[in-house]
Amino acid sequence: MKPARFDYYSPDSPNEALELLGQYGDDAKILAGGQSLMPMMNMRLVRPKVVIDINRIAGLSHISPRPDGGLAVGAMTRQRELERSALVLETAPLLSLAIPYIGHFQIRNRGTVGGSLAHSDPAAEIPAVCLTLDTEFELASSAGERTVKAEDFFLNHLTTALEPAELLTQIRIPQTVGNWRWGFQEVCRRDGDFALVGAATMLRLDDRGICLESRITAFGAGGTPMRMNAAENHLSGSSVNADDRSEAARLVSDALDPISDIHASAKYRQDVAGVMVRRALEQALLPMEGEDAA
Amino acid sequence: MVQQYIGASITRKEDERFLTGRATFADDVKLPGMLHAAFVRSPHAHARIVAIDTTAALAIPGVVAIFTYEDIADLAKPIPVRLYPLPSLEPFLQYPLAQDKVRYVGDPVAIVIADSRYVGEDALDVIDVTYEPLPAVVDIEDSLRDETIIHEAPGTNLAAHYVVSTGDIDQAFRDAEYTRKERFKTNRHTGNPLETRGMVVAYDSGELTVWGATKVPHFNREVLSSLLDFPEEKMHFVEGDVGGGFGIRGEFYPEDFLVPFAAMRLGRPVKWMEDRLEHLIAANHSRDVLCDIEIAMKKDGAILGIRAQVYGDMGGYIRTHGSLVPASTAGLLMGPYNVPAYECGVHCVITNKTGVGTFRAPGRYESCFIRERLLDMAAADLGIDPAELRFKNLIQPSQMPYNAGRTRADGDTIFDSGNYPQGLTRALDQIGYAETNPKRWVDEAGRYHGIGIATYVKNTGRGPYEGARIVISGTGDVAVYLGITTMGQGHETTMAQICADSLGVSMDAVTIYHGNTDYIPFGGGTYGSRGTVMGGNAVHLACQNMKERILSLASTYLDTEPANLVLQTGEIFRKGTEQGPALLSLGEIACLAEVPGSNEEGSGTLETTAYFEADQLTFSYGSHAAHVAVDPETGKIEIIHYVVVEDIGRAINPLMVHGQAVGGAAQGIGATLLEELVYDDSGQLLAGSFMDYLLPTSTDVPPIESIVLEEAPSPLNPLGVKGAGEGGIVATGATLANAVSNALAPLGVQITQLPISPNFIAKLLSS
Amino acid sequence: MTTERKIRLTVNGKAYESLVPVRMTLVDFLRGELDLTGTHVGCEHGVCGACTILVDGSAMRSCLMLAVQADGANLMTVEGLAEGPELHPLQRAFQRNHALQCGFCTPGLLMTAYEFLRDTSSPTEEQVREGISGNICRCTGYAPIVQAILDVSQEAG
Repeated sequence: MKPARFDYYSPDSPNEALELLGQYGDDAKILAGGQSLMPMMNMRLVRPKVVIDINRIAGLSHISPRPDGGLAVGAMTRQRELERSALVLETAPLLSLAIPYIGHFQIRNRGTVGGSLAHSDPAAEIPAVCLTLDTEFELASSAGERTVKAEDFFLNHLTTALEPAELLTQIRIPQTVGNWRWGFQEVCRRDGDFALVGAATMLRLDDRGICLESRITAFGAGGTPMRMNAAENHLSGSSVNADDRSEAARLVSDALDPISDIHASAKYRQDVAGVMVRRALEQALLPMEGEDAA
Repeated sequence: MVQQYIGASITRKEDERFLTGRATFADDVKLPGMLHAAFVRSPHAHARIVAIDTTAALAIPGVVAIFTYEDIADLAKPIPVRLYPLPSLEPFLQYPLAQDKVRYVGDPVAIVIADSRYVGEDALDVIDVTYEPLPAVVDIEDSLRDETIIHEAPGTNLAAHYVVSTGDIDQAFRDAEYTRKERFKTNRHTGNPLETRGMVVAYDSGELTVWGATKVPHFNREVLSSLLDFPEEKMHFVEGDVGGGFGIRGEFYPEDFLVPFAAMRLGRPVKWMEDRLEHLIAANHSRDVLCDIEIAMKKDGAILGIRAQVYGDMGGYIRTHGSLVPASTAGLLMGPYNVPAYECGVHCVITNKTGVGTFRAPGRYESCFIRERLLDMAAADLGIDPAELRFKNLIQPSQMPYNAGRTRADGDTIFDSGNYPQGLTRALDQIGYAETNPKRWVDEAGRYHGIGIATYVKNTGRGPYEGARIVISGTGDVAVYLGITTMGQGHETTMAQICADSLGVSMDAVTIYHGNTDYIPFGGGTYGSRGTVMGGNAVHLACQNMKERILSLASTYLDTEPANLVLQTGEIFRKGTEQGPALLSLGEIACLAEVPGSNEEGSGTLETTAYFEADQLTFSYGSHAAHVAVDPETGKIEIIHYVVVEDIGRAINPLMVHGQAVGGAAQGIGATLLEELVYDDSGQLLAGSFMDYLLPTSTDVPPIESIVLEEAPSPLNPLGVKGAGEGGIVATGATLANAVSNALAPLGVQITQLPISPNFIAKLLSS
Repeated sequence: MTTERKIRLTVNGKAYESLVPVRMTLVDFLRGELDLTGTHVGCEHGVCGACTILVDGSAMRSCLMLAVQADGANLMTVEGLAEGPELHPLQRAFQRNHALQCGFCTPGLLMTAYEFLRDTSSPTEEQVREGISGNICRCTGYAPIVQAILDVSQEAG
């Protein structure tokens, strides 16, 4: 289990990295935190001719407030920094809630936001959260920059909108505070494993507890994390009572067509995705439960 | 004898080097000019080898040599069976390299020797082996149809079949008022020590040294000597520090021939460290057993008889453990109960999977699961409390020693001592069985709770002999050389405790040396909970002999009778005045021994070697109990309370005995809930990395309560000890399966196979 | 040439300079080139935690980093834990609680516990269990390790 030979570059600037990417394209792999890439290289499941290590580029690691109240997070920000960030907790609490589910703290010490997104494991937490939070992705290449919405970023199993010569540099997360509620649930064989299946939800409620806007994402239940439109539509305008939650769960299960592997069958994922959605909704409503006597 | 060490929870003498990073594991051995090995392994489960082209690989700078079957053909002999041999197994043994066929994914096809492991793996990438794939057989029942033959010469996939029986089984079923027949299956899984296998081999001036040897180095030296046709006395097996054994490590594998072969052929030291992916396909698997079982009982719950068929999935070759796994499943299937009639067919079935060997409590984890599940089912059918059913049938202390009859091919099973009901009582008390009524309920969150229990016996302390050599130097230091090996058990401490008490010296004066074939001419090694029983009693016996000699030397010098002298804390006192001034120190006696003619003939040093012999096994026993909660929506199981009760006769070091019990239980919890070596229909291992082969972590293992009993010392050895290595794991599958089945009984769930994964629970609930 | 690189780094307070193949993992470099064999290789795919070391104060898998990536870094391995003959409180607590059997996972667990305790004063048992859940121990069943870490936090508190 030793990596095959490769050429190694550790550019100091984004431009340098983009130049290398432009030059090597498909032959190159970006090395961010390496918590997914390195195991695959050690197993020789991935044998890049060129490794472009972006750990030495200054300016790719930051968590900053945006004028619109949202958050900008540099692609090389370590997951552990998000976990500890008061700003993330204030601005994007769903992300704070989900981060501890990623691997173990040693993995989060090294693993990056951008690495997780670019790798795009369908059962990973950060992609699911970003999809739920309507995150925007800033992609750069030597030809210029473009912004891609989360709904357009995750294309298929381990496949994103990133072109071979493109680098994910930053994400923009709109703020979700005020009358937003959130929930995050997943089931794993062991704590820290990739989820067998999971769900993230955001609910915006008015003063009477009527749902103005709902977002529901299932993950580990298909090639990418997926927004569950039918369930979202069902909840919007509802009081998200027990029947609504069960119906949302049913709609989610019905909409999914997951795969089987040695840890869970397609049917398990389909059924339990609904359970996760229901529990995430219950979790989102928790602080209100006392008032919600009806 | 002043006893101050045996029975005390002394912290370990060996810990410091592990805590500071100064231990020497196999991969820490580094020799000048050392080369590195890597293996070409079959990617197919079953295929014919058509051609092997190594040209491109040999052209890589740093690749030194590549050996295929052709290169070893002159020496090629199959690796012999160490335990549980049967004549019919012979044609199914594994050669060090595949000749014209591969029979499992991972079967070694060639060995590459290179400057570094990195370059070695580069070579693996470009060695071109042409295979002609054959149909793969991955299932016991498919294999038994013999439609695809895995070994042509014997012409069948059934490598062995025999029947053990005791009592009149037909009569038992004629007399039965109740019978139940079930099929059980235990999951293929394995020990996975955290340090993978590995070795460094040097061949220099006609001497061969193998670092990284463990478990049974003397036996392995004999095998290597035979395979290499090289004299045993010129081979030195050195153990070093070892990162866990659990049955899998230290057996003689193909690599144990190939790496020494390469080192000798090239005249340079060669290191091979198995990587984890190799380990999962190359090192022994275990536990893959299918069992059809039927029980005959009276309506009051009295067992009349058990009949069964046990099928062991042996993998592609019979390895060093021979028929052990299915044979041991059959051997203790009747458990600690009065079973008047018993009959069991044992079948060793070849499939296109990795070869099978032992994993902690081999066959006994399996048989305990099978029997204890069936007893719970019977108890439910008969409307008898599961604990009551067990008390009714448990062998009573007054029946000891108890001959359970011919349950093994090689002789009767005789339980030496024990208070089996007491073992169960203690577990029930600890889990709060009597107070917990009912034994199953649903909590506010909708989780299903249940209590499960199981009882077991486990044979320990296999003979025929074990040795220890003691040397006392002029400084008064006591050196003890063991024939057993150590893979983390802490023998440097426990053996020193035994020595210090048995001899009458301070523990600080004792140093334990182990795992080197040069230390002692014969050694049986460490497996099957034999370390303390066999090795400990060997140390004790050597100490007795040594003490006699010391007192004899001292009495001659002091011109008195040995009976008037006492050896205590390393000094000689006159009997009755042990508080007073010492007459002689141990060092002074060692010097006396050097004076020619001082005592016995010829001996210049104070040294003795003793071999403790045993022709009978000693049986530990006990019970486990668990309280689990199952989430019926996700199938997730939480273990709320887990209790292990084990009687080991006498605990040398309770701290370490608890460590064995808790650690064993943790492994069993992983085995029962998480671990499975899953194969697909084409014979590909799908759980081939730690991403998919799930070992339990600190959040999977609950706090485990361990109760160590010393109710029934073994009458078979002077120390009264029984082995403590396996009682923690043996009943885990049974206990958790019973607890989960009990919890989910209202939903119609009965667990008959392992592991109990969330997916499996969900499947049972939806059917 | 990009297949070898010169790196400078500090390990346990000592400066090193070395020419390394760029594909060499950090754990192989520590063990093979610096002879710091206390850090162990258990799985080489980031699951078992035996190779855990501190990189600039943070616990990381040294099998999932390249040696070149440690250029300029300050590393701490198990060999840097004790001060001379004086064992670190964690090491003493591990011995006292019989928190090691084969000892192969121990260095990684010590390094994990080192960062964990630095960040979490007065942890609960549940926090300790979660904190060390990225390190597999095959021998002890974890309870004595958890107790050892709790002991140290109580001593410090």
